[in-house]
Amino acid sequence: MTVGAGALRVELTVNGRPRVLQASPHQSLLSLLRDDLGLTGTKACCLVGECGACTVSLNGRIVDSCLILAVEADGAELTTIEGLAGDGPLTSLQRAFLEKGAAQCGYCTPGQVMAARDLLGRIPHPTEAEVHEGMGGNLCRCGCYYQITDAVLGAAAAAD
Amino acid sequence: MSGQIGVSAERVGGLARVTGAYQYVGDIRLADVLHVKLVTLPCAHALIRSVDTSAAERVPGVQLVMTAANLPQPVPRFGPQIQDRPVLAVDETKYHGEPVAAVAADTEDAAEEGARLVRIDYLELPAVLSLAAALAPGAPLVQDPLLRPGDPRAETNVLREHPVSWGDVAGAVSDLVVEGTYTFPMVTHFAIEPHGFMAAPDGDGILIWSSIQHPYWLQKIIAEILDLPLAKVRVLAPDPGGAFGGKQHTKFEPLVALIALRAGRPARLILTLEETFQAVRRMSAEVRVRTGFLSDGTITFREVEANYLLGAYADIADRAASKGSHISCGPYRVPAARIMGRSILSHTPPATAFRGFGAPQPNWAVESNMDDAARILGLDPVELRLRNLARRGETFIPGDTPVDGDWEQTIRRAAELIGWGTPLPAGRGRGVALGIKSGPTTGLSYSTVRLLADASVILYAGTSDMGQGSRTLFAQIAAEELGVPIGRITVVMGDTAVVPYDQQTSASRSTVLMGNAVLQACREIQAKVRAMAARLHGISETAILVEPGILRLPAGPISITEILKPGLGSLGGEVIGNGESRKEAEPGHPLSGSAAFYEFNCTAVEAEVDEDTGNIVIVRHVTVSDVGKAINPLQVRGQDEGAAIQGLGHTLMEHYIFDESGRIRNLGAIDYRIPTSMDLPVELQSDIIENADGPGPYGAKGMSEGALLCTAPAVAAAVRDATGVVIRDLPLTPERVWKALSERPQAIAAAREAAQRRARG
Repeated sequence: MTVGAGALRVELTVNGRPRVLQASPHQSLLSLLRDDLGLTGTKACCLVGECGACTVSLNGRIVDSCLILAVEADGAELTTIEGLAGDGPLTSLQRAFLEKGAAQCGYCTPGQVMAARDLLGRIPHPTEAEVHEGMGGNLCRCGCYYQITDAVLGAAAAAD
Repeated sequence: MSGQIGVSAERVGGLARVTGAYQYVGDIRLADVLHVKLVTLPCAHALIRSVDTSAAERVPGVQLVMTAANLPQPVPRFGPQIQDRPVLAVDETKYHGEPVAAVAADTEDAAEEGARLVRIDYLELPAVLSLAAALAPGAPLVQDPLLRPGDPRAETNVLREHPVSWGDVAGAVSDLVVEGTYTFPMVTHFAIEPHGFMAAPDGDGILIWSSIQHPYWLQKIIAEILDLPLAKVRVLAPDPGGAFGGKQHTKFEPLVALIALRAGRPARLILTLEETFQAVRRMSAEVRVRTGFLSDGTITFREVEANYLLGAYADIADRAASKGSHISCGPYRVPAARIMGRSILSHTPPATAFRGFGAPQPNWAVESNMDDAARILGLDPVELRLRNLARRGETFIPGDTPVDGDWEQTIRRAAELIGWGTPLPAGRGRGVALGIKSGPTTGLSYSTVRLLADASVILYAGTSDMGQGSRTLFAQIAAEELGVPIGRITVVMGDTAVVPYDQQTSASRSTVLMGNAVLQACREIQAKVRAMAARLHGISETAILVEPGILRLPAGPISITEILKPGLGSLGGEVIGNGESRKEAEPGHPLSGSAAFYEFNCTAVEAEVDEDTGNIVIVRHVTVSDVGKAINPLQVRGQDEGAAIQGLGHTLMEHYIFDESGRIRNLGAIDYRIPTSMDLPVELQSDIIENADGPGPYGAKGMSEGALLCTAPAVAAAVRDATGVVIRDLPLTPERVWKALSERPQAIAAAREAAQRRARG
């Protein structure tokens, strides 16, 4: 997004790296990540907080980045899908998504992985029902919910 | 590297998906790009009196406001069946969401601001939004009759009729005739990746980016509109983020291309989810079924009248109506049939292909009709189906492909898995339904495979991998045939300047048609490598047997990769194989060709209904598909379960609701619900039948649609079994089920008694 008059300074840490940016007052965090930082792993879909494609971790809690203003993230610590493996090996959760066939078209996958990471952070050994409930805000139109559940449960078991 | 087939190889391209690195169209950044915003009216059908773009043009950053007036004249029209869709609305809009103008600006903000300031003077006109309204005498005509010269139906909203009949329906002798009328809702694809389009001038040609399933068809349309040779239109089609048929055909690429050429800059239009609702959806339908039976359950005749509601432009929906109605008598021995499929235009968003392609609508009706018949005849629903099921080799639609599977196995497996006939807890019911769909009727796919000097492979295939996993399947075929590990294979897709032609990615064709082209290309490489080995060893080629990945020489086996280096010699280079897979059109066939294969599925459901709320809980959902051969069982399961869950959407919750102006009231993700992880069956079991009897590599058939075809009738039959209520309209929302429960005779009697008690009291 090209910033016009009235732009506000936003300082935040994204995937461990401090960033200083100018954001329009109405710009979403999603747009800041995708358009200004080039972190397009966070996906855009419904833009009303219903689909979960834009899920990121903000100060240790997941949010729909389409519903957060960029300026609200001032001072925040953010983790996006790009920050999980970085340049290193895949996390066990990402590995599990691959192995269990939990990514079909893959467009919702970054949001799913971020939501699953948050779930396992809160509930290290969830039941299947807890996974379904915990991931209920992330739509997958390919319908690989059972594979996603397998991946989350698999990653939880692998963490032992 | 034999042993690559029938194993669940990890998804090719999966790594970039779990790290967020994969770039879908909307993720690609172009320098100096113009952002495009569409301008629409708040109603479906309107006369456009004037468009004033002056205020929009004054917005800082707005570079161009495109209207019909400044497009080439006459305004280009396009469409896969009929060239009826204009690049922008001409004189009138025909559906809510049809763009009247498009604003291109340096920023998204400026484009949005400009779009708000385009002043359109318009007069709202009466809109036809339903089958009844479209067919009413004197209904407003959706399409200009001049677009269909010589068509006797041009003065009506009936676009086309597709009659099919055989046998003597009038003369059929039956003990019982069962009939009913069933409705299927208007639903949308809701791919999580909204449709994206970009274009950029490219020397004496143009570059187009699109999240499209059919890049070569798009290339042809752009070439025609811009009067360019095909070679000057390069379509880049990154893997779509879900498509389900909705991304088959050209939508706003011509508009974006014309903007880019006019502005001399790249242009980008990423639809909002709301705009995708207005761009693609499945045909709603009303289907009347009438079937004659003997008292032992034998079908004597069947009549199907399927009225499909298209949108304002035909897109590929009329083809879906013809294909879906053609197979609407189901997988049964029907001695006499009379089928009428009609595609009917309306002032609603253009319907297009959607998983199942015209088959789920009559399938819902015919399978529900079978359930009705079983109940009335006092026969078991599974037995009734088996009694009438066509068996392998039988022609069940005259002039079309005979039964190509042991379908009885599929039914028996599903019945066994659901525990058919075993006792059920109180309040639960079971239902079963069959699903059938014709595969592709024509096809043309080319593939090139290059075995490089270091025994790695580049494989070119014009298929779109939209989640079905074609990259993986093709890599598995090459790995098997050439003996190269999958990790050393690169699959190149989605670039018409690089990848050879493919007709389209639809009808679950790619494993069969492109798969055969890939296999043939690999076999050509095997033949060339065999010639190398013969030369090197000074023996006759006929003395060498080729097996997957290896050559058997009289002296012993040697791998293809081992022979490669000495075979190529000091200059190195590579071995190139080409494959071509065709299914020719058949003149005179009502679908212009017989089915390459059938997708056949049996779904069985155990459900519980909450009598107080009408909510349906699916306790068990079994889907069994005849897949011929599962090249990658995990991906097959993913496709099958995905189809089943998508089917639960139109079965339980999804439907467009229109207001009187033709606006979708539940537009967007808040009010239009699709299945989430909280809406799943308690248990979903997907199983397959493999007899290696398909026309694809290793006996594979297409299989991505079967489990969606019969979800609805299986669930409805389970609800009927559990509660006694028969519901003929989808979706089976709690309100609808609750209302049906409350209208049962015993419920009415109970309510009457209670009222009398109160009156006495």
